[in-house]
Amino acid sequence: MTEPIVRLQNVNKFFGDNHVIKNLDLDIEEGEFLTLLGPSGCGKTTILRMIAGFEDATSGVITVEGEHVEDKEAFERDVNTVFQSYALFPHMTVYDNIAYGLTVKKVPKPEIKERVREMLELVQLMGFEGRRPDMMSGGQKQRVAIARALINNPKVLLLDEPLGALDLQLRKQMQIELKRLQQKLNITFVYVTHDQEEAMTMSDRIAVMRGGVIEHLATPKEIYGRPKTRFVAGFIGESNLFSGTVASVEGDRAIVDTDVGRGMMPAEDFKPGDPVHLCVRPEVMQYSTQPVDGFTISGQVKNMIFVGSQYRTLLEQPGHPDVKINRVKVDNSYREGDVLYLHWALDDVTGIRAKEDSDGE
Amino acid sequence: MANDQKYALAMSGRKPGIRGKLPVLSTTGPISIWMIIFVMLPLIYVLVISFMTRNVYGGIEPAFTFENYTTMLQPLYLKIILKSFKLAFITTVICLIVGYPMAYWIAGKPPKTAAKLLMLVMIPYWTSSLVRLYSVNLLAMPNGFLNTALMKLGIISEPLDILYSDTVVLIGLLVACLPFSVLPLYSSIEKLDKSLLEASKDLGAGPVTTFRRVTIPQTRGGIVGCIILVFIPSLGMYYVTDVLGGGKVMLIGTLIKNQFLVTKNWPFGASMAILLILITLAILLIYSKFGKMEDLEVV
Repeated sequence: MTEPIVRLQNVNKFFGDNHVIKNLDLDIEEGEFLTLLGPSGCGKTTILRMIAGFEDATSGVITVEGEHVEDKEAFERDVNTVFQSYALFPHMTVYDNIAYGLTVKKVPKPEIKERVREMLELVQLMGFEGRRPDMMSGGQKQRVAIARALINNPKVLLLDEPLGALDLQLRKQMQIELKRLQQKLNITFVYVTHDQEEAMTMSDRIAVMRGGVIEHLATPKEIYGRPKTRFVAGFIGESNLFSGTVASVEGDRAIVDTDVGRGMMPAEDFKPGDPVHLCVRPEVMQYSTQPVDGFTISGQVKNMIFVGSQYRTLLEQPGHPDVKINRVKVDNSYREGDVLYLHWALDDVTGIRAKEDSDGE
Repeated sequence: MANDQKYALAMSGRKPGIRGKLPVLSTTGPISIWMIIFVMLPLIYVLVISFMTRNVYGGIEPAFTFENYTTMLQPLYLKIILKSFKLAFITTVICLIVGYPMAYWIAGKPPKTAAKLLMLVMIPYWTSSLVRLYSVNLLAMPNGFLNTALMKLGIISEPLDILYSDTVVLIGLLVACLPFSVLPLYSSIEKLDKSLLEASKDLGAGPVTTFRRVTIPQTRGGIVGCIILVFIPSLGMYYVTDVLGGGKVMLIGTLIKNQFLVTKNWPFGASMAILLILITLAILLIYSKFGKMEDLEVV
């Protein structure tokens, strides 16, 4: 594997007494689309701002292309940022905004003109050179902000919730466009968002963060299919979680006694007595009207809802959050009040080793 | 037909006539009358007498003439006008140079501290400006604090003869005007979007370039406001020259005052006053133009 383009080693950041980034290690590979995903206050924006040079790490090492940048000012770093609020210069035209980076580097005027034209073409804003930012829509401003950053040929483009202010339609369109841009230019994108769907759509890898720590760093598929922690399982998509302990291991499967009944999961390296959370996604949760071998979890049908793209059934279990079952087609074989027995395939369940620190939700 | 009925209905609901105008008259009426009597009529009076002739006993002859305006073109008066502009200009520049960093520094403080610091700027402004000017006068006297201190320190051997000089008038103008310069600058710097500064740095601009290309254009409203609030008043502050110039330093404000109160040449004083008003209007016109442009940029 080649050397990572951005590397954070043992980075800590304090704001006063507030420990916002805790011993964080992160390698960002060249040309990848990496998303920092997490709820607000998890430290994702702080990481971005430390890479950009707007915040200093309290301790730790940050390198870009193997070069230490801790003591470099923001204007000395070969990374560029697309800001959440675009931060376009209101007193300049679109042309001057995009040209800004090259102008301050004293690039010859004809070259600037050529590069700005290329950029306008890239973000499909030809003919907008003379406009002021306040005469443009949110989506157009967004494109100007991207062009203004990309014209500098950054090694890494940092994007801080760039689509947050756009409406849903436009956001989806821009997601695809950003991904297309990233693949076309082959520039490393580091993207911050709290929108899991956005992260899933665009990223090569996602770092799910909570409380200043990366809980899980993997491909979207891996994060959805095999969440590493209970928090990740709950934050990304919908999930049914059952907490319990491993009762016994039989070959490649482990029997788990949960607080609502018995279930199964792949044995992996679990041993009897290990505390574990079972995570089963609603769309692969199976059910039947008769008990199934090895499973003793059941629930009473509370209600059945049509949510547009699918039908959702909620099963009530005393002292436990409702179990969700999602199906594309409606199943008329049961009705409200019926008791259903739950089971799942071994491929569809993830055993999350229970840890003290990631349990407190 | 239907439209006619609607129109009639609207009309009847509106009740034109004195009852409809009553709210307007009762609210803006008194102040309009006040403005007409105490601002507009005197101004018209000044404008009219500026075209009249002075009579021998200090009164006014109702004989039309341009002489008052042509007199201003005499080298003696041109020199005074020019000097007034020069001092007002220097005052404005110094107020900007001193006021901008001060306002920037205050704007960077947390709101509570900023409020306290602004209060400190404003306290001298609430003190009578005459009191402040006399204190400058005391400081600048040959045996005043400034000279005593400088001589004790061995920096000078003889008292500086700065009282009743241009220098001390300039200091007086600065003392009178500095608070006015900090306020508009502060309010525009405080509104400055900090992410624009970050964006500029992010795009490779150092602090100097960022200041020149982003901070100054973005705070132009405050800079223009500062220029207006300092330049215009310092053109006309005749009491500064009275207290600190001791009659030796003649500026346009003092000249006007003298024409009215000392030499009793009202028509000439009036023509100078009209000149000052025109200059003020011209500057405000420029401001309104800049102001509009700025509104466009800020939205």
